[in-house]
Amino acid sequence: MSETKLAPRDQGAPDYKVNLHPVMLKNYGKWDYHERVRPGVLVHVAENGDKIWTIRAGSPRTLSADKVREICAVADKYCKGFLRFTTRANVEFLVDNEAAIQPLIAEVEGKLKFPVGGTGPSVSNVAHTQGWMHCNLPGSDAAGSVKALLDELIDDFKNERLPNRVHISSSCCQINCSSHADISVIVQHHHPPRINHGNMQICELPKVVAICPAAAIRPAVVNGHESVEVVKEKCMYCGACHGQCPSMEIRDAETDTLSIWVGGKTSNARTPPTLMKLAVWGLPNNPPRWPEVGQAVRTILEAYKKGGKPYERVGEWIERIGWQRFFEVTGFPFTRYHIDDSPEALSTFNRSTMVRI
Amino acid sequence: MSVKNDAKVMELNTPLLDQLESGGWPSFVTDLKAYSKKRPQVGQLLNQLNESYENRWNYWIGTVLNVPGYGGGVIARLSQKADKYPDLAQFHTVRVIEPPGWVYSTKNLRQLADISEKHGAGILQLHGMSGDVLLLGFNNDQSMSVAEELMENGWDIGGSGGALRTLQCCVGQARCEMACYDTMRVTKHLTDTFIHYLHRPEFVYKFKFKLSGCPNDCANAMMRSDMPIMGTWRGEMQIDQAKVREFIKAKGRAYVIDNVLTRCPTKCISLKDDDTIAVEHQDCVRCMHCINVMHKALKPGKDKGVTICMGGKRTLKIGDTISTVIVPFMKLETDEDLDRLTEFVEKVWEFWNDNGMDHERIGEFIARVGLATFLDGIGIEPDARMVVRPRSSPYIKFEELAPGRIGGEQTKMPPVWNKEPETTEAAAR
Ligand code: HEM
Ligand code: SF4
Ligand code: SF4
Ligand code: SF4
Repeated sequence: MSETKLAPRDQGAPDYKVNLHPVMLKNYGKWDYHERVRPGVLVHVAENGDKIWTIRAGSPRTLSADKVREICAVADKYCKGFLRFTTRANVEFLVDNEAAIQPLIAEVEGKLKFPVGGTGPSVSNVAHTQGWMHCNLPGSDAAGSVKALLDELIDDFKNERLPNRVHISSSCCQINCSSHADISVIVQHHHPPRINHGNMQICELPKVVAICPAAAIRPAVVNGHESVEVVKEKCMYCGACHGQCPSMEIRDAETDTLSIWVGGKTSNARTPPTLMKLAVWGLPNNPPRWPEVGQAVRTILEAYKKGGKPYERVGEWIERIGWQRFFEVTGFPFTRYHIDDSPEALSTFNRSTMVRI
Repeated sequence: MSVKNDAKVMELNTPLLDQLESGGWPSFVTDLKAYSKKRPQVGQLLNQLNESYENRWNYWIGTVLNVPGYGGGVIARLSQKADKYPDLAQFHTVRVIEPPGWVYSTKNLRQLADISEKHGAGILQLHGMSGDVLLLGFNNDQSMSVAEELMENGWDIGGSGGALRTLQCCVGQARCEMACYDTMRVTKHLTDTFIHYLHRPEFVYKFKFKLSGCPNDCANAMMRSDMPIMGTWRGEMQIDQAKVREFIKAKGRAYVIDNVLTRCPTKCISLKDDDTIAVEHQDCVRCMHCINVMHKALKPGKDKGVTICMGGKRTLKIGDTISTVIVPFMKLETDEDLDRLTEFVEKVWEFWNDNGMDHERIGEFIARVGLATFLDGIGIEPDARMVVRPRSSPYIKFEELAPGRIGGEQTKMPPVWNKEPETTEAAAR
């Protein structure tokens, strides 16, 4: 075996200064205000009057090396070779010359085929995970279902015509990645895990017993081998055990469904950060375009567009009009599964006589 | 560095994925199909993905692989369809620490593209939900060679497992007037200071920092990190009354009443007859709304710092949690401030890792032991700003006047019950 020389270890985070557009570096910490020039375009003005324009474009997040080079070519041509990405996987092209905006947009939309938008009260890019492309746990896809969803919502990415910004996220299992958002799509299972007892000895049993939020798993001897059993009455089909142990298969191509959750937000503006709440469940996991999910999200978005007041996020709008009205205007049924049964449940009941009658 | 990177060319068979090529949003399918001519393993990936679409089933198994000296950062995957798609037999993701704020020169971004193409499938995800750059598609050998070449060029591998995870922050002072501290600098400082913990899983479970320059939280810190560091300010916000008048002139009084005054969570803003506004600063909870709307006239106050919260995470295991205030305010500007933060973090980690259970995130740990006990453990005094309201349950387990616990001694006496005047001993100190 040939001797390999190890590269330096523990170098830490890259230097951000060498990666900053010169106008951003020069005015670091000295920004005065910003304006939204048009959907997808911001201008930030420094105390000394310097300006930097940001052209925000939606990216599919998963990019070939060639596509990354195409993006770089645009930034070389118009942006002095500097760009940035956002928390929601948008690309931001940065220019210090107003005249460059139009040709840049033409090239981003024409050549890269990336839509310009995602600023202000619009639908931003959908935060998503790996799905069938590269995760070991997913019940559904991520990049593909998100692409189909954004095809449906693209006009609201390109325009600023909603009451406030709308963040959407999509998650291909019930418990792990992804985040709270105004609207969120989550996979759900409908029965306990199937245990592959033959395979069970490979990992540490106590770990999979301990991971279960419902304390439904207990050690058991099956066919003379150490394994586990699941108390079906306790199991809530969450799949936490599946993440811990591949021998606990929770997914089911026939019965897994998708659910949509609403009203989460992380910003502290006006109201504290809030968790999202169940809006509709039981949508089919329907590749390649998941039309039922797209339609349900569009229903929520249209109702919000119509009923929301300026600056209200989806959750704030619903809290104002009340959940009963939310179910009325969206047409989604309110079912027994919408009633919380977690340890937080009591605080979610209407403990008053305040009822819209 | 020499690297073997040839894959079997295979006819694309992706009728279902092809349906994702239409529509206005850019299609990763179109991109990757074209690119599979250069890196045939990408064609195999698409074919396998199409089978997933057909059968609504996943074909990846997780495994473990480490770069020498590191305990994480490679998300190792083996395909269950390796017989059919030989170059997916090992098809790992390498996490790379992103430049804070996700800013790039094209020179550096191109370098990532070149290195990922040279050693593997040449697929980049910009960026993972965890903040990292994700490079996809390396077999075992390629994972090592790509890591070495990345590190030779100054990049470093991201975190995974029961370790500190790669940090993420908002654009902050680089391009935002709201930023109340230097998110990029603090992100780099924490990453570099604690890089050992990022690369070597030594914690009971994962730990994430995310940093936002102000309460708008563009880095999604409150929900998605164990310790959000949120910019804020102490004292009065800055008000430019001339610009307030301009704003009112342009938008009208009704607009200001409906969209600013009534939307303030503590109703601490009033509109005066001369079209200026007054803010009862002691009631402002720094939510940012009025500043967001009237951002030329209003600005965060001059005495800036951070609020440190803890405990946000997604569902596993006790359900979703939002971070909660632990340090209502601290300055975070000087090197001494940064040292104080570092010491604080070490103290928190020590208490959590000494007492936390396997797979217990810090939010769950706080929920189990109680916030008061947690504060004791990390040496912080209770502060009314840590709660929305005090308890309403009378089930209080007073430490004072209670019989000594097994193995411990009764030490504290409550001041209210202690009728004796303060001892002279205490007064003399
Ligand atoms: C087999 C074990 C796991 C692997 C290999 C894994 C891998 C990943 C990957 C690749 C991402 C980035 C996703 C993307 O952006 O494409 C991610 C994100 C994430 N994972 Fe996991 N994951 C695992 C288990 C878990 C578990 C058990 C949890 C929950 C406790 C979890 C919670 C999260 C969260 C919340 C994110 C989003 C990151 C953020 O917002 O910072 N993961 N994980
Ligand atoms: S699916 Fe969830 S509740 Fe059921 S056994 Fe597994 S971990 Fe426990
Ligand atoms: S979190 Fe605040 S400081 Fe950071 S980018 Fe957003 S608005 Fe600006
Ligand atoms: S920042 Fe929020 S709490 Fe403070 S005055 Fe403005 S609207 Fe009110």
